[in-house]
Amino acid sequence: MTTDVKQIYLDYQATTPVDERVLEAMLPYFSDKCGNAASRNHKFGWDAEKATQSARETIASGLNAKAREIAFTSGATESNNLAILGVAKMYAAKGKHLITCSTEHKAVLDPMAALQNEGYEVTVLDVDSNGHVDLNELRNAIREDTVLVSLMMANNEIGTIHPVKAIGDICHDNGVLFHTDATQAVGKELIDVQEMNIDLLSGSAHKMYGPKGVGFLYVRRRNPRVRLEPIFHGGGHERGIRSGTLNVPGIVGMAKAFDICLAERDEDHQRISALRDSLQTQLAAELTHLSINGDENNRLACSLNISFAFVEGESMLMGMSGIAVSSGSACTSASLEPSYVLRAMGVGDDLAHSSIRFSLGRFTTQQEVNRAAELTISTVKRLRDMSPLYEMALEGIDLATVSWGTH
Amino acid sequence: MAYSDKVIDHYENPRNVGSLDKESSDVGTGVVGAPECGDVMKLQVQIEEGVIIDAKFKTFGCGSAIASSSLATEWLKGKTVEEATAIRNVDIVEELALPPVKIHCSVLAEDAIKQAISDYESKQNND
Ligand SMILES: Cc1ncc(COP(=O)(O)O)c(C=O)c1O
Repeated sequence: MTTDVKQIYLDYQATTPVDERVLEAMLPYFSDKCGNAASRNHKFGWDAEKATQSARETIASGLNAKAREIAFTSGATESNNLAILGVAKMYAAKGKHLITCSTEHKAVLDPMAALQNEGYEVTVLDVDSNGHVDLNELRNAIREDTVLVSLMMANNEIGTIHPVKAIGDICHDNGVLFHTDATQAVGKELIDVQEMNIDLLSGSAHKMYGPKGVGFLYVRRRNPRVRLEPIFHGGGHERGIRSGTLNVPGIVGMAKAFDICLAERDEDHQRISALRDSLQTQLAAELTHLSINGDENNRLACSLNISFAFVEGESMLMGMSGIAVSSGSACTSASLEPSYVLRAMGVGDDLAHSSIRFSLGRFTTQQEVNRAAELTISTVKRLRDMSPLYEMALEGIDLATVSWGTH
Repeated sequence: MAYSDKVIDHYENPRNVGSLDKESSDVGTGVVGAPECGDVMKLQVQIEEGVIIDAKFKTFGCGSAIASSSLATEWLKGKTVEEATAIRNVDIVEELALPPVKIHCSVLAEDAIKQAISDYESKQNND
């Protein structure tokens, strides 16, 4: 396919490019400052330790936490596993019940499923059409033997932001630990672990213009002091929670990335949400039968998930070549099922197959948005002209009443 | 996913997109698949004295589904009904170099051909 045409990247929720300032901060730690942060008897080690300590402080202060409450990991998948498995195992004597919801990332749902196989009980809360859990349902789901509630801060497919403070308060009032997978929110949304009553929080560098393969887990040390059973056993790094030589350049990069996000947050937020709104407005002006997936009033600034009725996602991606976006259609992934997140929100499988996630970021320009809108519009129009479903809809046939053959 | 050049060609320049009058006695219509499964194909043939003189399609589905139905219409034109019913999904798979995960697209196209012809035949029997 064409590679000479300039590619437009609108998949920032999948991952972000490393900011040049981040790369620059990291580079010395690959070579000149090559020390192992656990080496206690020479300058190389001390410098590495100092750099990771400073990174810990940066990250902690951005969350209103303490440096010693931050453990470095290989990314949010590991952080989620460590939080969920670590709490479940440590508190097994207290109880073996956990609560989560149906739209969580697989890095939460799969460790929960693994625990179920080991005899734990997991309540998976449903969500409404905007992707929100019912707080009363959450309250009612908490039992005597509940040890952990894990609910994400912002959803990776639809951008819906959960009312984390309200959730934290419920957990706190009921003496249950609260973990939030904040991978999509760190650096974008204001986070205060004290005010929000968060006990554990997962983050990942590569969603905030840092490198891939590094993340962190915030673990509350006071009121209450959260204890974790480690997954990795080894040198006892990270206060025994996570053994393994620290990824010093990665950690330095993550802290720098977070620092930049915090400093430029308002500006980024404003510009990116304006671009996102521009994209949405342009599409809505030219195309009928669109539906926005996610909570339009409480959504990440970067996120736009739309179902384009009567056209299938993969065929859209083919038409929009040169624009990097994601689709909720099964045809784009290894599984045969369309997005489980959209399904959980009650979006029909037909519209799930027709969904595209655009996600914008720091380096997105108005020209790119205009180009993406233009290509999306022409592709959808072209594909609708060859869609039997669009034809039927124009004829006034209600597709829901048609009896389709099976195949 | 990498597409074969032929799939891309059919996707970008689909042959015979459109609709024939489904009420007409010399037109047979096949609609297969389901929106929830991500593919729906509508394939129509117009038949005169046992020969397919026109074929049209409309498809909701991935690039491979569009290409499979586009190719089917191309092949159908000029064929006798007998020759048309002999088209097998494996012929489509081979021609378009479809990967295993896309074989169902070719199966749908074969089903659509069969359904269109049987729709035409049932119209003839009713006359
Ligand atoms: C909400 C959410 N949780 C967890 C992850 C996994 O993060 P990582 O790639 O750092 O393992 C991602 C990213 O794909 C995510 O979006």
